[in-house]
Amino acid sequence: MKHLLSIADFDRDELETLLALSEDFLHVTEREIPKVPALRGKVVVSLFYEDSTRTRISFETAAKRLSCDVMSFSVGSSSVSKGEGLRDTVQTIAAMGIDAVVVRHSAAGAPARVASWIDASIINAGDGSHEHPTQALLDLLTLRRSRGSDLSGLRVGIVGDIVNSRVARSLVLGLDTLGAATTLIAPPTLLPPTLDGWPADSTHDLDELLPELDVLYLLRIQRERKSADRLPSLREYTTRWGLTVERAKRLKPDTLVMHPGPMNRGVEIAAEVAEGPASLITEQVTNGVAVRMAVLYTLLGSGAQVA
Amino acid sequence: MPEADQSLVIKGGRVIDATGERDADVLIAAGEIVEVGPGLKAERELDASGCVVSPGLVDLHVHLREPGGEDAETIETGARAAALGGFTAIVAMPNTEPPHDEPSVVASVLAAGARSLCDVHAAGCITEGRAGTALAPMGELHALGVRIFTDDGACVDRAGVMRRALEYARSLPGAVVAQHAEDSSLADGGHMHEGEWSSRLGIAGRPAIAESAVVARDCLLAEATGARVHFLHLSTAVALDMVRGAKARGLAVTAEAAPHHFTLTDAACASFDPAFKVHPPLRSDADVAAVKQGLADGTIDAIATDHAPHAVETKERPFEEAPPGMLGLETALAVTITELVGPGVLTMAEALALLSWRPAAVAGMTQHGQPVAAGAPANVCVIDPALTWEVDPSRLASKSRNTPYSGRALTGRVRHTVLRGTPVVVDGEPCR
Repeated sequence: MKHLLSIADFDRDELETLLALSEDFLHVTEREIPKVPALRGKVVVSLFYEDSTRTRISFETAAKRLSCDVMSFSVGSSSVSKGEGLRDTVQTIAAMGIDAVVVRHSAAGAPARVASWIDASIINAGDGSHEHPTQALLDLLTLRRSRGSDLSGLRVGIVGDIVNSRVARSLVLGLDTLGAATTLIAPPTLLPPTLDGWPADSTHDLDELLPELDVLYLLRIQRERKSADRLPSLREYTTRWGLTVERAKRLKPDTLVMHPGPMNRGVEIAAEVAEGPASLITEQVTNGVAVRMAVLYTLLGSGAQVA
Repeated sequence: MPEADQSLVIKGGRVIDATGERDADVLIAAGEIVEVGPGLKAERELDASGCVVSPGLVDLHVHLREPGGEDAETIETGARAAALGGFTAIVAMPNTEPPHDEPSVVASVLAAGARSLCDVHAAGCITEGRAGTALAPMGELHALGVRIFTDDGACVDRAGVMRRALEYARSLPGAVVAQHAEDSSLADGGHMHEGEWSSRLGIAGRPAIAESAVVARDCLLAEATGARVHFLHLSTAVALDMVRGAKARGLAVTAEAAPHHFTLTDAACASFDPAFKVHPPLRSDADVAAVKQGLADGTIDAIATDHAPHAVETKERPFEEAPPGMLGLETALAVTITELVGPGVLTMAEALALLSWRPAAVAGMTQHGQPVAAGAPANVCVIDPALTWEVDPSRLASKSRNTPYSGRALTGRVRHTVLRGTPVVVDGEPCR
């Protein structure tokens, strides 16, 4: 496997293998010296056209823990701000001799275009509203560690700005590959124009579905993607689709609550619920590094056993 | 110029025009067709054996980018591309910088066109600055020869403005208001067809209703005002059905379609390659089938390329950041022959009607599309209908490279093009 552009790049066996590998790397990150020489000498570049400190640091940490050499490019600090195009930028980087580029961009398909221009392995760290495969992987790892390695039949509800969400698309695809059942829960104006290509069903009614869900996954209302324009008001959104304290009481006792972060406390989730016992939100963040180590190792490693 | 003075015979071809088909030689002198028949001779010969001889093709919708966008195309390079595509007349769209909302701009475009390898007509803006609010000086532009008025690139969104434009155009003989039918409030922010593929790719869509809602409204306005309306680049089944209905009711409505809308679908965007980005966008299989049906049953009056050159680096940006538009002049005829004539959707005569005499009629052009007969202006193209070739962007005469057909094998190619009696393309090569 050369690139990770979409969660759909994995079949069920490959996905389960990668998640198992992520668990191994989780143990590595818990050691006193959380480092293995597995990818020593490999050069990994992070190319982030969108602001994202947490994802970029997560990837760079993962690369360093595998003993990679890491280079970091972010817009504003490079010639990109002088008007250099994406193709010229990646070809310049590639000319320095690199093994992988982690690309985050506000335009769907940018990593796919990069993959067509240079020889290195390309990892999609989030492309517009298209996909965020490593987010889905860390979410699946988190669920797996909580519910066991067999997620088939799990009932998942994803609530929020689905239409603009790359996290939702990757997660739905990944859950489908592992046999879980997903329902998209949102106002009509925040659902995609059709559900073709979304292995999920949909509803506008969160309250009706709430007591049946094993997992409630909340998305942030994205001001920068203008999701707020599709709603009468944020207050109305919270009233009808927010995980308020009152709604949290109607969840099953073992229902898990997840959120990709960063949260708008008080909008899609009440602050008390975010910190409550059902919430896996901090585990999600922790698992990010391990999953990204597994991805880098899968793409760049020789296949030998992890130390 | 010695060439223009020479008499010329196009020998051994099959003449196809609005009156029918016949094997005949065509003798040309002093810019006119002198005789059509067997065994003709002249000082210069152009071999047309195995070829079709047609009135020169007419493209109602070409972006020549000059003034203001000369890095992508100029009037000279666009006209050359047109001549190589068999076109003897093209209509230059007005979304230049500055736009065609001023007589001086139109005059300079026409002057540059007069020196080129094609007869360049200019469309005029409907509104000042194409901003959709105040009417452009349509009468002054009409006096310079402008007959087609459009804000193309932009839709005239406000019904009240469209109504005023249609009413005013009635006072200008031969004028027609042409609409880029895409309601901004429905389509803006979208980059591809809203549907299954935009849902899969996470790209904001431009819905079909953005086109059909405007077409519905403007057919009603045409009826209410008694004016002619022409719809640019129609791409949806629903809009075409409305045009069909409007024509059946006797309304003065005409429509054009671009080759990419009868050959490519939104599935082509799955690669995220902006070569496939265009407004209105590539649509569904059902829409493509409807465009073909519209071409076959007379609903669509013209094939118009919407030739939209863009500098190479702009089409290498990510899909959402790249400008919309595709080249078309050098591939339109071949695409039509390959995808419509070959499979029997159209006869060659019907295809040439859509590429030549029917668009000439929409634009009111008397010098183009005329039957190949004595006394007619010598604007003619010679087509080899069986020659196969591969589209190589680097070998196109256009200054830009953004063709969606790169690497495709096509059948049918222009062998010669004659403009006002002078050969401008001979054996597939431009004369200058």
